[in-house]
Amino acid sequence: MAEKVSGKPYVRPITSEWIFRHPRYLRYMVRELSCLFIGAYTLLMVWGLKQLADGPEAWRGFLECLQSPASVVFHVLALAFALYHSVTWFNLTPKALPLQLGEEFVPDGVIAGAHFAGWAAVSLAVLYFAGAF
Amino acid sequence: MARSNKPIVWAPFAAGGTLTAFLTPVLILITLLAELGHVPEALTYDALRGFAGHWLAKLALVAVVFLSLWSAAHRLRITLYDLGVRADSWVAAAVYSAAGLASVAAAVFLLRI
Repeated sequence: MAEKVSGKPYVRPITSEWIFRHPRYLRYMVRELSCLFIGAYTLLMVWGLKQLADGPEAWRGFLECLQSPASVVFHVLALAFALYHSVTWFNLTPKALPLQLGEEFVPDGVIAGAHFAGWAAVSLAVLYFAGAF
Repeated sequence: MARSNKPIVWAPFAAGGTLTAFLTPVLILITLLAELGHVPEALTYDALRGFAGHWLAKLALVAVVFLSLWSAAHRLRITLYDLGVRADSWVAAAVYSAAGLASVAAAVFLLRI
């Protein structure tokens, strides 16, 4: 006896449980979620520009807001996620920017390494010009 | 062949991803220093007003804000799709316009400095 067949097309259920199926998927999701922290930090920067434009009082208030414990916790988390974004981004550079010199391709480690060195130089330069040390 | 707006969306994403990889950790670190009571010279009112007073610095700051927000917006859009949100055109419209509006706001604030 034939089964009764529904006329509706099969709709694959969409779930998000796949991210827990493999540690690799979870690392991918952590990398992608760095966008929330980088985005939030940048929006905070825009708010800071407003306070800077509003005058010295507003700027002092902004700095005081930043010093609240919740803000410190947020920035520690944001720093961790931002670092993870940088490391994963630079590790992908040999795939994104393969470089051929003559017959040979430049080794992956050299391309990624050059980016990591550049990152260190940029970070130190910014710290120096900001007067952090 | 169908025309695609992918390159227009993707180019600022790639540029922003690279920029934030180089710059965002150290910017957050400087902010953290200020939060922990060691306010770097550059974050004092006079120094930052002086810096942001130059048109080149204004331009650089708007570029940093726009590219950072755009790449974050793009990543958020793709991530939401991966997590099962299928209303992609609504998500895209929301995240890209948020990034654009905040960048315009940054430009307006900078012009008041």
